[in-house]
Amino acid sequence: MNEHIVKSYESELSQLDRKVVQMGGLAEQLLGQAFEALERRNPKLADAAVTSDAAIDRLQRELEEQTIGMIARRQPLALDLRQIMATLKVAGDLERVGDLAKNIAKRALAVSGESHPKTLITGLRHMTDLALRQLKDVLDAFAQRDAEKALEVWRNDEQIDALYNSIFRELLTYMMEDPRNIGLCTHLLFGAKNIERIGDHATNIAETVHYLVRGVALTDDRPKGDKTSTTLIGTS
Amino acid sequence: MTDIAALTGDGPIRHRQGDAAAARVRRRYRAEARFKAYGIAALVVTTVFLVVLLADILVKGMPAFTQHSVTLSVPVPAEGFGDRSVSAIRGADYFPITRDALKAAIPGIESRSGERTLTRLLSTGAPDVLRDRLVANPSLIGTTVQVPLLLSDDADLYFKGVGTRIDSRAARGTATPSGTTGEITIESTAGDFGADLATVRKAIAQQVLRLTAEADRAQSSGATDAVARVAALREEIATLRTRLDDPKSQEELDSKAPSLLVAINDGLVKITKLSDTAVSGDVLLPLSSADPAGAGAWRVVTYLTPESNRKVTDQDVAFLERFKDLGAVHRDFNWLFFSSGDSREPELAGIRGALVGTALTLLVTLALCVPIGVLAAVYLEEFASKNNLTALIEVNINNLAAVPSIVFGLLGLAVFLNFFALPRSAPLVGGLVLALLVLPTIIIAARAALKAVPPSIKEAALGVGASHQQAVFHHVLPLAMPGIMTGTIIGMAHALGETAPLLMIGMIAFIVDVPAGLTDAATVLPVQIYLWSDLPEVAFQAKTAATIIVLLLFLFVMNGMAIWLRKKFERRW
Amino acid sequence: MDMPVLSTMRSDLATRLKPEAEAKIVARDVNVFYGDKHALKSVSVDVPDRSVMAFIGPSGCGKSTFLRCINRMNDTIPICRVTGKIEIDKQDIYDPSLDVVQLRARVGMVFQKPNPFPKSIFENVAYGPRIHGLASSKGELEQIVMSSLEKAGLDKEVRDRLHDSGTSLSGGQQQRLCIARAIAVNPEIILMDEPCSALDPIATARIEELMEELKENFTIVIVTHSMQQAARVSQRTAFFHLGILVEEGSTDQVFTNPKDKRTQDYITGRFG
Repeated sequence: MNEHIVKSYESELSQLDRKVVQMGGLAEQLLGQAFEALERRNPKLADAAVTSDAAIDRLQRELEEQTIGMIARRQPLALDLRQIMATLKVAGDLERVGDLAKNIAKRALAVSGESHPKTLITGLRHMTDLALRQLKDVLDAFAQRDAEKALEVWRNDEQIDALYNSIFRELLTYMMEDPRNIGLCTHLLFGAKNIERIGDHATNIAETVHYLVRGVALTDDRPKGDKTSTTLIGTS
Repeated sequence: MTDIAALTGDGPIRHRQGDAAAARVRRRYRAEARFKAYGIAALVVTTVFLVVLLADILVKGMPAFTQHSVTLSVPVPAEGFGDRSVSAIRGADYFPITRDALKAAIPGIESRSGERTLTRLLSTGAPDVLRDRLVANPSLIGTTVQVPLLLSDDADLYFKGVGTRIDSRAARGTATPSGTTGEITIESTAGDFGADLATVRKAIAQQVLRLTAEADRAQSSGATDAVARVAALREEIATLRTRLDDPKSQEELDSKAPSLLVAINDGLVKITKLSDTAVSGDVLLPLSSADPAGAGAWRVVTYLTPESNRKVTDQDVAFLERFKDLGAVHRDFNWLFFSSGDSREPELAGIRGALVGTALTLLVTLALCVPIGVLAAVYLEEFASKNNLTALIEVNINNLAAVPSIVFGLLGLAVFLNFFALPRSAPLVGGLVLALLVLPTIIIAARAALKAVPPSIKEAALGVGASHQQAVFHHVLPLAMPGIMTGTIIGMAHALGETAPLLMIGMIAFIVDVPAGLTDAATVLPVQIYLWSDLPEVAFQAKTAATIIVLLLFLFVMNGMAIWLRKKFERRW
Repeated sequence: MDMPVLSTMRSDLATRLKPEAEAKIVARDVNVFYGDKHALKSVSVDVPDRSVMAFIGPSGCGKSTFLRCINRMNDTIPICRVTGKIEIDKQDIYDPSLDVVQLRARVGMVFQKPNPFPKSIFENVAYGPRIHGLASSKGELEQIVMSSLEKAGLDKEVRDRLHDSGTSLSGGQQQRLCIARAIAVNPEIILMDEPCSALDPIATARIEELMEELKENFTIVIVTHSMQQAARVSQRTAFFHLGILVEEGSTDQVFTNPKDKRTQDYITGRFG
């Protein structure tokens, strides 16, 4: 791609990209910290996660202002318009990812005194890893303007959904086995749900990246694996 | 972008600072001031030339706009007018009537020569006013009419100051004239003429000196006839010496010295011989009596310009001064200058013929030039395809504008007179020739004006579906019109001042009649100027200058009109 | 923060991409030569009826040349030669039997610089109807003038000064007067050659609003240097570069997702 004739425009656009990548990095880090805090029942880590969310929020606000300013000043068209709009959307998604991760960290504080079953944590870890990979891939796709990679992320969300389904059932089983588990399990359930949502945001970003690169929106229905909204206790 | 970087980037910016820069700025200002000074100097020089030229023309020409006449009571005899019909009155002989009126005004002129001198003071056209009056009112026949009679050019010029200065001093002694007419002598009891005699003697003494010097020169030159020449000179010197040595001698006055006259007993005597106490001379104006006149009652008059140096004789001056003393001389606006045609008599010559000829000629030129020139320009500018042929035509039109006008005259002579056998000297032919001369100018001006109309106007017209012709004639041409008119008027002004081509087609003839049609013989203002400037009469010099003034005014009005038209129709787009 | 922008854009796109109305102007393989210079190379494009089509591109790309082919304004340039076929309502406008004056009455034109005749406002508008004999009486002519001025949104501003010079109006008013003048001969197509390039933004907005209204009754083709303007006013956009029609499509598509890299580079300001 040729450079812009107006160099400051070019540098503003690359700055946008840099900030998105920075935000993505922060979001990944935050999710990692939050899960670690949950896994290790480490309140310190959880506190750190909560504070680093503030950085994401700040970046998101900055990006929002910058994109609005650029729309007003540069009247972007075509690719530039798509990049600016995508940035705005991706920043929104990443901010939500940050919020969700922070929520996990808060739950980690709430359940820090209790011990939780290994199998559950393993499932959650698996899910978190998946979500982190999705995030990383989609951010790479964004940075590299790689529509194929984005499509891959988009399709892979099914795996997280499937994993979430199984964890959901497992947690339900725990809660039915021992009502004392209900408190812990509810927190874990919400944590899992948050991770699943983070996966959804990753697909959103994938869609945005696809639009950014190809110029057309993804109109097909995405393969959905989250069947929990139709799942009732005991009916499985 | 690289340029900008070079200009604003790390390039040296030392040139903005330092003494060198300040010096450069000062130099620039000095150059500017110098240039302005040159401009102003050029302007001043031009203005000076122009002012001198105009002032010269004005000073020379203004006197021609006035004319002197002498108003006399003219007794019109009852006879001599036949049946008193208009033709009879027109055909009557007025010379004796005006002559008698003159003689009545200055009584005592009996001699034939005196009478002739008196009548020569009047213009040959002097009786015209009287004739016109009588034609208008035949009942005046048999009565006495107060009529201004036009003076001849020399008399007119005398009153305009080209005559002589007159000195007069009161005499101290008592003078006794020997008669009232003819040659008389006047004796004065005091030495009233001593001073004059001394002047004459001084002149003679100078003459002696000059002749002596000449004789010496002749002697030393050693030419073959030198001896005879020296002898003759010596003899002349000897005669003069004798005259100088004899204090009682009478000196004769000649026309090379200021004229000396004696005004006595209502008469005037021109002194021809002069001695200390007595003079003898010719009576110019008859004396009322031969009685002695006491001190203060008679005067010695001097006409300072020697008679040989002026067009009017002492006798003329005497008559004219008498008319002036009678209060009969008037200075009036010279209507005749504008109402009559050319004449051999300067006081009767006018520019009416030339004015009408000019108007007719320009009319023909205008009628031919404007349609042909403008349409040619429109065609060339808007419709003609741009090829070698039109390029050639264009070059030729530009060349024609620079062809000397005499060539057009020759062309007119060959084509219009010799081939088409059109009448010679006619405004029709003059107009045709001038049209040829002016056409290139008008075509060039019109094309420039058409080109100056922004193409957007034409495009707008084409855009709403006007045809090319409609666009040109509805929009482009009207917008170009002020420019075309300016060009046309300037071209016309050029034609107005043109002489050379008209000489070739015979518009240089002496034409008295005012032309009544396009084929009558006529002349034009510049040719009239050329004609008059050649004539020997002094009065025609003033006429020439006056005609130049009229021509300049004409040009002034035309150019003023051009400016006015341009201002009035100038549009913004 | 949820941004509904893209989704609405999508639906808008969908409605606009529906099969177009029948083409008013059909150009096929149009070539224009100025002497030896090949100014326009094999341009083929359809202009839909009753809509605004914008031609964009860098200076000297041939967009104005092509616009001037549509009313054969190029005929006035002696060295200009046009090949190919341009049809208006299936009628070939380069058919030798077609009268170019009649064509120009059907295809009005508004120029870059407002160019009212240096005559009164009334005369400016009345000129076209008069030379085409559209009005049989003075009253009818006045009616045509007033309705044209009204359609051009100028009637209120000039009602009391119809006999003032057209050049006494402001730039924007002059341009609307030129539009009124074009409308007065009741054309089917109005060509606009950078109509707002000499106007301030407010006057520009007025003209753009006017185009929005005019497209109900006229087919408008506009050449503009302002991509924002093309994006605002047109339904379809064509991008010309070096005499070639590089890309033609719906305005939304061209400005959000141009297919050709040259279009992309041009509209985003990346032209080398």
